[in-house]
Amino acid sequence: MARAILFDSTQCVGCKACEEACATKWGNPYDEKVAAEERVSSHKLTAVRTFGEHYSRKLCMHCLEPSCASVCPVGALEKTALGPVVYDESKCMGCRYCMVACPFQVPSYEWDSRLPRVKKCDGCFERQSKGQPTACTEACPTGATICGDREELIAEARKRIAENPGQYYNHIYGLEEVGGTSVLMLSAVPFEQIGMPGGLPKDALPERTWAVLSHIPDVAGLGAVLLGGVYWITHRRDEVAKAERAEASKEKENVR
Amino acid sequence: MTGTVRLPRITFWRTVFWFIMAAAVYATYVRFVDGLGSSTNLSDEFPWGIWIGFDVLCGVALAAGGFTLAATVHIFNIEKYKPIVRPAILTAFLGYLLVVVALMFDLGRPYRIWHPLIMWNPHSVMFEVGWCVTLYSTVLSLEFAPVVFERFGWRTPLRYVKAIMIPLVIAGVILSTLHQSSLGTLYLILPTKLHALWYSPMLPVMFFVSAIALGLAMTIFESWHSSRAFGRHLELPLLSSLGRVLAVLMLFYLCLRFLDLGKRGVLNLLTVGSIETYLFGLEIALLLTPTFLLFWPRVRQSPLALYLSAVMVVLGMIVNRLNVSITGMERGSGVSYIPAWTEVAVTLGIIAAGFAIFRLAVQHLPIFEEEEKDEPVSAPVYQMAGALGD
Repeated sequence: MARAILFDSTQCVGCKACEEACATKWGNPYDEKVAAEERVSSHKLTAVRTFGEHYSRKLCMHCLEPSCASVCPVGALEKTALGPVVYDESKCMGCRYCMVACPFQVPSYEWDSRLPRVKKCDGCFERQSKGQPTACTEACPTGATICGDREELIAEARKRIAENPGQYYNHIYGLEEVGGTSVLMLSAVPFEQIGMPGGLPKDALPERTWAVLSHIPDVAGLGAVLLGGVYWITHRRDEVAKAERAEASKEKENVR
Repeated sequence: MTGTVRLPRITFWRTVFWFIMAAAVYATYVRFVDGLGSSTNLSDEFPWGIWIGFDVLCGVALAAGGFTLAATVHIFNIEKYKPIVRPAILTAFLGYLLVVVALMFDLGRPYRIWHPLIMWNPHSVMFEVGWCVTLYSTVLSLEFAPVVFERFGWRTPLRYVKAIMIPLVIAGVILSTLHQSSLGTLYLILPTKLHALWYSPMLPVMFFVSAIALGLAMTIFESWHSSRAFGRHLELPLLSSLGRVLAVLMLFYLCLRFLDLGKRGVLNLLTVGSIETYLFGLEIALLLTPTFLLFWPRVRQSPLALYLSAVMVVLGMIVNRLNVSITGMERGSGVSYIPAWTEVAVTLGIIAAGFAIFRLAVQHLPIFEEEEKDEPVSAPVYQMAGALGD
């Protein structure tokens, strides 16, 4: 049973209780100054952002087929069966390809540290594996953020849109974006207007690189055979020419 | 012998060299003591700068002459290019060593650079590049080893290395094909970030073809410089014919680029007056001009014109790699990036070190000398070995 988070922007009042709960969970400092930062960073793994009268949350989307986990050369990022995408800092060498690859621009880096780590929301993997809700869900006073089984949350989202068509923009963000995500969002306005990247392809992005990478054994095998063949032919030509020359000179001597 | 120490002459380039090196040393201190935040203008939105875009992407591509010429001479058996194989392999070997040095600056935890070798993720392009670069650097060190063995007259290791040279060259060509194209594949996962003028499913093929062209251009470039610096005779007929191959290859590459743009239906983007359009124009102008010039026999016969054409190809390809890795990524990332002085200093320091080591190697190792035909060791060394044996 894969867990997911549903964030309903129409119910969010911008109280930032989720931010504080997240900071507490990670042991990050949280004060008015941090609260005012409307972006995720290495010390703030979820951020409530204001867009006029609408609020939205930025956090790791926990893609079903995450680009970050796909590009990580050491497998430090991993999509768990439970849903969250987790990070193992003991493997990470700091190439930052995950940050480049993330279509939602989520992972952050400890730029000022001498031994930096990647920081991102881990979907409260430990809490969820014990059956507890995520820290942000628990803290949310309005129920704008809830967590549960992904299929059930999709059904719930559909129900909300169907029951209040005037209240919602008719789209569940994360249902199909980049192959689907484990964080789903509802909004009153188009999602670009609350800071979510629009126009994302529906295919899982890792498939685009895998389409090329999966041909590597073919290229290597074919290349070895081809190059070996070319070598044999080009050098065989030399040998034949040499043999013919030797033959010719021998014949010349015989004639004499 | 007068006993006085002769100080090296102070020349313009020496002054520039030591100025760059001093700046690079200080930048290195800032990088490793204060961290990436203090030493770069990188950010969460723009995590890769010129250390990846120039030092790694351009560095690897500039080193492509090694596998191209090794294959031409050893596999395709086109013997006439033999005199320029060694400088090409030296450039490649140096190039890869310097790419690794640059990576040590860029990685957040450089002491874990070996992790991909044991912590596998075959779905990662970076994992594949890591393996290929490691293996190919090993291959290059073996391809280069005969030069060192000859210099010191080590006959037994020389025999062993020469015995495995053909499989080595074949492995080198395959590894190069894989990772030169993979550097393009790196960007396939960024359809929303990389500008449409450069994002293409054909990126791997284009990176590979352009790397070969760049390798040839670099060979002309370094032959010209070596002939001037060391007063050597320039192998003009050889380089002219290389120039003709380069022209055909460039034409093929440019056709590929424009066919791809047409097929993806983004040619209309060229009518938009954006910074990307101008940079694309600069890139194409730098690549198209030498292509036309090199088809002209008079250009290929003139050392200076041939050299300038090669320089344009090199600059055009550098602009291409920077467009893919930096300028083409800025709009999609929503930020602008200009490298910090420390980033520039490290990059310049690495380039300067490359030139200096190349020069030292040419002065002290048999790089440009005719390789012995049958006897693996030159006669004087042979006699010396004999004398020692008695």
